[in-house]
Amino acid sequence: MIPPAVPHHETPLPVAGRWPLFGAFALVFLIFAQVSSVLVSPPDRDMGHLQKIMYVHVPAAWTTFLAFFVVLVFSLLVLWKGRETHDLIAASAAEVGAMFNALTLALGMIWGRPTWGVWWTWDARLTSTLVLFLIFVGYLSLRAFIEEPERRARWSAAVGVLGAINVPIVYMSVKWWRTLHQLQSSPSTVDPAYVYGLRVNAFAFLFVLIYLVRRRYEAARLARAAEQLNDVAALGGR
Amino acid sequence: MAWRDDWRRVRAIAWKDLTTERRSKAGFNSVVALGVTILVLFGFALGPDAAALRHAAAGALWLAVLFAGVLAFNRSYQVELDTGALDPLLLYPGARWTIFTGKLLANLVLVGLLLAIVVVVGLVLFQVSVPAAWPSLLGVLALGAIGLVALGTFYGAMASRTRAREVLLPLLLFPMLVPVMLAAMQASRALLVGDVMQEAGAWTRLLLAYDLIFLSATHLAFAQIIEG
Repeated sequence: MIPPAVPHHETPLPVAGRWPLFGAFALVFLIFAQVSSVLVSPPDRDMGHLQKIMYVHVPAAWTTFLAFFVVLVFSLLVLWKGRETHDLIAASAAEVGAMFNALTLALGMIWGRPTWGVWWTWDARLTSTLVLFLIFVGYLSLRAFIEEPERRARWSAAVGVLGAINVPIVYMSVKWWRTLHQLQSSPSTVDPAYVYGLRVNAFAFLFVLIYLVRRRYEAARLARAAEQLNDVAALGGR
Repeated sequence: MAWRDDWRRVRAIAWKDLTTERRSKAGFNSVVALGVTILVLFGFALGPDAAALRHAAAGALWLAVLFAGVLAFNRSYQVELDTGALDPLLLYPGARWTIFTGKLLANLVLVGLLLAIVVVVGLVLFQVSVPAAWPSLLGVLALGAIGLVALGTFYGAMASRTRAREVLLPLLLFPMLVPVMLAAMQASRALLVGDVMQEAGAWTRLLLAYDLIFLSATHLAFAQIIEG
């Protein structure tokens, strides 16, 4: 019924390889994307140069949802196959996703203060992004409180899947409750002058996300390997 | 007759939990006392203006039930964990979901009683008269309780077996319950103080959809989290 967990030492430990190089590329590309999109786009009619926040806020939001989609997929894989590798990828994506989520909220508030006149409004997208953040803080806290790796994998996978199912329901419920957010910014809803900035920054954030998740995953694997060596040592060596 | 055996297992689990609770009563009594205390404190926070109290009554009722009920969900597994009875329970033949359904039904009875007492006390304290559409109100209360109990029983199974159960259960559970609480509060308020926007029906459908989705999801996932 439930497949047994595959111990991770059957797969070799990940090595950094060329990933640091990729990280440097992601950083340079991010700087290029930000600078070029700020230079290229004209000031917005209503918001002026405040509109530039869009190039960090909107890609951060996309990246958040992408990261949590990765959590959903790899949590389902854990429940299906029971592989520790999948669990560690889900955990890495959740951690990086929570970081981008916090960034999205903070940048949104900084944007909202001058344009809406308030730091916070109980609008559907804001509120559900905050609830999403709280759900994944719960996910990460649960992981921190369980020592046994197999139990941690199954439990956090269940919490991850249920949390992901809940996101659209939270969004719908808060939307019915009240709404005020401007139409979602995507290349199809913004003026063509801003499309370039959104596109190029979406890729820049994607590269940063891939890099961070990959390095976090390597760290998680090494931490697990160290734990296992400790266990072996505690049992009196091989 | 496999389903008949399953149903007998569900009943046995629910009956066992309710009997344990009925014989001690200490747990349930203190949960109800806590619920009433929270209502009184909400009265201080929101009152004494009678109109404001009436308007906030539905929200205060549901929060009192949520805060007091969360204690019942950890307790639901505590008896088994204290006596080391969870592993033998898992060794009995039969599907794992029957354990979940049994505990869910027992918790539903307990939270239902808590809800009934808190609502009656709340109507008095917040000076709300019983609405003409009280059968609809009962339906909303039942749907809200099912959503609360389904996720509470599920997350309780995990949180009660960790070191930090007191803080972990609310941390996991409350964000997940945002749609239930929002819909239950809005529908109850519409029924209690007048449904000017004709919105009680929409909220009730949301509650129903939420309950169906999460009853299925928790039943499917329970086998994964109860072992190990």
